[in-house]
Order: sequence, then C-alpha cells, then structure tokens
Amino acid sequence: MEKRIRILVAKPGLDGHDRGAKVVARALRDAGFEVIYTGLRQTPEQIIEASLSEDVNVVALSLLSGAHNTLFPKIVAMLKEKGMNDVLVIGGGVIPDADIPFLKENGVSEVFTPGTPTANIIDFIKAKVK
Amino acid sequence: MANESLKAKVAAYTEKVEKSLVKNPERKNLAHNRLYTPLDIEGFDYESELGIPGEYPFTRGVQPTMYRGRFWTMRMYAGFSTAEESNKRYRYLIESGATGLSCAFDLPTQIGYDSDHAMSEGEVGKVGVAIDSLADMEILFDQIDLGKVSTSMTINAPASVLLAMYIAVAEKQGVTPDKLNGTIQNDVLKEYAARGTYIFPPKPSMRLITNIFEYCSKNVANWNTISISGYHIREAGSTASQEIAFTIADGIAYVEAAIKAGMDVDDFAGRLSFFWNAHNNVLEEVAKFRASRRVWAKVMRERFKAQKPKSWMLRVHTQTAGSMLTAQQPENNIVRVALQTAAAVLGGTQSLHTNSKDEALALPTEDSVRVALRTQQIVAYESGLADVVDPLGGSYYIEALTDKIEAEAWEYIKKIDEIGGAVVAIEQGYIQREIQESAYKWQMEVENKQRIIVGVNQFQIQEKPVEGLLRVDASVGEFQRKKLVDLRARRDNAAVEKALAALEAACKDEHINLMPLILDAVKTYATLGEICGVMRKVFGEYQAPATL
Repeated sequence: MEKRIRILVAKPGLDGHDRGAKVVARALRDAGFEVIYTGLRQTPEQIIEASLSEDVNVVALSLLSGAHNTLFPKIVAMLKEKGMNDVLVIGGGVIPDADIPFLKENGVSEVFTPGTPTANIIDFIKAKVK
Repeated sequence: MANESLKAKVAAYTEKVEKSLVKNPERKNLAHNRLYTPLDIEGFDYESELGIPGEYPFTRGVQPTMYRGRFWTMRMYAGFSTAEESNKRYRYLIESGATGLSCAFDLPTQIGYDSDHAMSEGEVGKVGVAIDSLADMEILFDQIDLGKVSTSMTINAPASVLLAMYIAVAEKQGVTPDKLNGTIQNDVLKEYAARGTYIFPPKPSMRLITNIFEYCSKNVANWNTISISGYHIREAGSTASQEIAFTIADGIAYVEAAIKAGMDVDDFAGRLSFFWNAHNNVLEEVAKFRASRRVWAKVMRERFKAQKPKSWMLRVHTQTAGSMLTAQQPENNIVRVALQTAAAVLGGTQSLHTNSKDEALALPTEDSVRVALRTQQIVAYESGLADVVDPLGGSYYIEALTDKIEAEAWEYIKKIDEIGGAVVAIEQGYIQREIQESAYKWQMEVENKQRIIVGVNQFQIQEKPVEGLLRVDASVGEFQRKKLVDLRARRDNAAVEKALAALEAACKDEHINLMPLILDAVKTYATLGEICGVMRKVFGEYQAPATL
C-alpha cells in the first residue's frame, strides 16, 4: 500500500486561535492525509521533536498573533539543522502580504491567508509532496 | 376561532407558494421559515415572556428606558507595543469621544510571562500592550483619571494581578478602590474551551476567581468582577445558541463555585457581566441577546434563588465578530460592522466595541479605528435605532426566534448539567468538540458556496496588497527587556522576595484569599512573571485535552 502523506499541524508561539488550524487539520484528514495536531503553545523545539518522531512530510504552521516573522524562519532553520531538508513547511494565519516574500525567502513554501479554501491547501500539498 | 381562520389562510398561502416553487424556486439553505405569523408564537404570554423593560425576565432590556437617556458605552478595545505607545492611543480615543477604555494585553502578559521569558519570543507587544510590572501600568494610565474613566481589561488567568496593579495605580493617583469602575474578563473556563490563554488547572483557577469576587464585593464594589464570554466561543466557530448556552453554563459554574466558597449569591451576582459577539445575521443576533437575558434571569432567580433584581440581570458588553471580517476588499468590512452594530444595539447591549476594517490583516490604524468608532456614533445619533426600547419586540419572527434560541440553549445547559457541569464538560472536550463541529460545518458551507461571503467566494476582484497597515516595531521586545533589567536593579529586592514568599505560602492554603497578597507583591514591583511563577509552582499548569 502506498504510504500516506504525513502532516504536522502546529501552533507555535502563545497564540490561542486554533479555529483555523483545527479546520485545516480536519480538512486534510478528510482528504486522506495522516494528520497530527500539536495543540497550542508549542516551542520551536517541541515542533521539531514532533516532526522527527512522527516522521512527517509536511509541517503546517498556524499563527495569528504577529510573531510569524520570528518563529516561522526559526522553525525552518531548526528543521534543516536536524536534517529534515525535504520537509515541506507551509504557514497560515493573519499574515500581511508584505511579510510573505520574507517568509518564502526563509524556507516557508507557501503562506495561506484568511479566506483560503482548504482545497487550495490540499492541492498545494499534493503537488509538492510526491 | 380567529386562529382557525388564520390557520386556513396560512395553509392556503403555503400550498400556493409550494406550487409556485417549481417555477420560482427559493434560495437553498435558508435557516428559518418563510413567514412568521401569530401561529408561530401560539400561547405567547406577553407578561411572562417579555414583561417590562428593566424587570424580570429582562427580555426587553436591563434598563427601563434603555438608550433614551444614555447610549451604550462606546468602548474600543486597544493596546499594542509598549505602555508608552498604548497610553497615547488611549488618550487619542478619549479625545475622540470614546466613553470607556478597553485594554488589550500582549500574549506574554495574558499567559503570565515577563517580556524576557523564552516563551515570549516574537510575541512582545504584538496583540496588545506588554505589561511586566506596576511600573508599566503607571505609564499605561499616565494622565488618565482612573476615578473618571471606566476600564475593561481583557485579562483572564492573571486577572488578579492586573486588577491589583490597577488598584495600585489608582491609589497613587489618590483614587480609592471603591471609586473604580471597570471590568476584568477573568473568565478562565472559556480560555480552556475556546481562547487558549489559560495558565492554571481549573481548581486553583476557580479559587482565584472566587477570591476576586469576594475581595471586590468588600473593596471594589463597582467593579465587574468577571465578563463571562461567549464572544470567543462564537469566534471559534459556534452557533448563536451554542454561544449563549456554553457561556451561561460557564456562568453557572462560577456561581456554584462562589456559593461553595461560602458567599451569598446576592453579594456577588450583581457584578457578574457577560460578553457577546455581534455576528452577521442581524435578526438572529437580536433574538440571541433577548433569549440570553431571559435564560440568565431564570437561572439566577429559579436555580440559585437570588433575591435581588440586580442579580437576575444579564448585563452585556459586545464586540462585532472579528472572524467575519474579510482580508479581501477590506472596505466592505465597514458595512459588515455597521450591520453588526445595529444588531448589538437592537439587542440591547450595555457597551460595544466595533472592529476596524483592517483587522483581518493586522492591528488597526488610528484612521480605521476612527471609522469604527464613528460607526457606533452614526447608529447612536442618526439611525433612530436607539430611540425606542426593544423596537423589534413583538415581531412574530423575533419572538419565535427568541423562543427557539432559548429552547436550544436550555437543551445544551441540561446536557452539560448531566455531564457534571461546565468544568467537567470542558475537561472531557465536549464543548470544544461541539464548537469545532460547527466551525467545520461553516467552513464547508463557504467552500461549497452554500454560504456566500462577499469578496471571498463570490464577487471577488483582483486586489493589490493593502498598504498602510499598522506594524509593531520589532524593537519592542528589546525595549521591554531593558526596562526589566532596570527595574530589577532599582527596586527593593528583599521586599519583593518577602512578598513572593508570603504569596507562595498563601497559595498552599485554600482558605486564604490571595488578592491582598497579590496586591502587596505588585506594590513591591514584583513582576507579573514572578507573581504568576509563584502560582505556577504551587498550582501547576493546565494540560489541554486533545480534541481533534
């Protein structure tokens, strides 16, 4: 049987807004992916640890507090340090357009902002992870 | 007999309409009936269901004349960056005609971490103002007379500490605690269920909350000691009925905890307040407000046997629905907020925050906040909506919908009672799952275009990135860290240690009210992180159940 794509949906930082993360997690699960949701307030270290132990293909970060420019690049860098170079990192939340080029330069493959249909995220993952 | 004639007429109408549907179908997924007539409120008893404004069961409002004397409090939620910056915004809001303050704190403050804690990285000053100690609080309210302004603070797990800081600042201004007006959110149950800024497990959290009830009833008598919040439950995706049901279930848990701690219900119930969301469906929201007042009045009078009419009143602050703002075509949000404002006012709110058009993208700029405040002022002064008490009362639709929402709320409350109350229902993840279910349903309806959101899934345009958004300077964290180093060097550290040790000892004895000890610690300039650190040590931290 073909191995299913494994996705960690993670909430870094102190932000408690998890409506989006949970809706996305469920939509990804309904689309046939294996989904692990971390819960709130995850440090970068905890996210790396979970990515390693769960052997995921995708890390989907959700943050609505404005700390994305600090935390997203840090998580990408730490994943690379641990040798997880082929893990696809995507992000979502209240993220101004002006910040997206910076995040992409720092290894976040795509940023999904409010109003994005979950189907777009599913299609993106299917296209990127083979 | 008149009803028989009406029944026949309505039946004939329905038959005629149903036949025409083949040719002229109605829109799909309409939530309510086509038409409401006296048949939909059969058995309606004006006196018991609506009554007189300002009297039990308060369906028509908690005040006899509602807005004919004074409008609701126009209270704009604000705060970002440092105390210095936020103080400027508060003074700007007061000069612009805001009639109350509402403080937004950053996440480290809300979760009891100082700005220099590792967990605070990237978060300092982002979603609200960073408060590390009494020194910051003094700056935050500089040149604002705490004897005159009423201040609402969105603070939950560390509510006792921020309230103590507020009392201490007031004392320095020469204002005694009995003269203070305001609200602390202090609603930890909805943090577990929907908002996420919890610290301690339920038991010590409930103790802190009842300690505040008791302390304020004796010392800060005009303070609203809690704002039992449905707002965030709705933002997390619940329906209107779930919003009021889960929140009133939380309210029941707080009342039970306070009674269990030995308080008389009438000594604290009059200071309990609520917080509703003003969502998109205007008339459903109006019915929700009315239903919520009726449910709470019954809970307090019948279940808890409160004697004072004030104890039966559901007084409410409202905020327009942040989750309904769109990042697409943000100007459209001004219209959404205006409609939501109409809903809150027709529903009879006591105070209101209106969101700004740019809040799906960032914190609002001064200009967009002004439009949001002006929206309230236009509804107040120009629309006529505020001129008559409960103007929609008696509408067949509104009354039927009010009854329906009330019935749905009772059903949920009964279910939660059976589970063992709100605390157990949250610990088991029941409330979280119900909310998630509704949130997912909503999202799927949007994606399937069963629900149209203008500019999002219909009427889209090619848009340029929005410019001129407010940005919080990344140097805020560094600025706060420096202030902390400076503070720790100049305060009397022996006094700090002594106050923290006394607090730690008191935390271990559940019969001691912690408020006086927290106030003592705050006055020594012990930091928020130090005070919460002591409580973390004794109380431990809440571990959320997995509910996905």
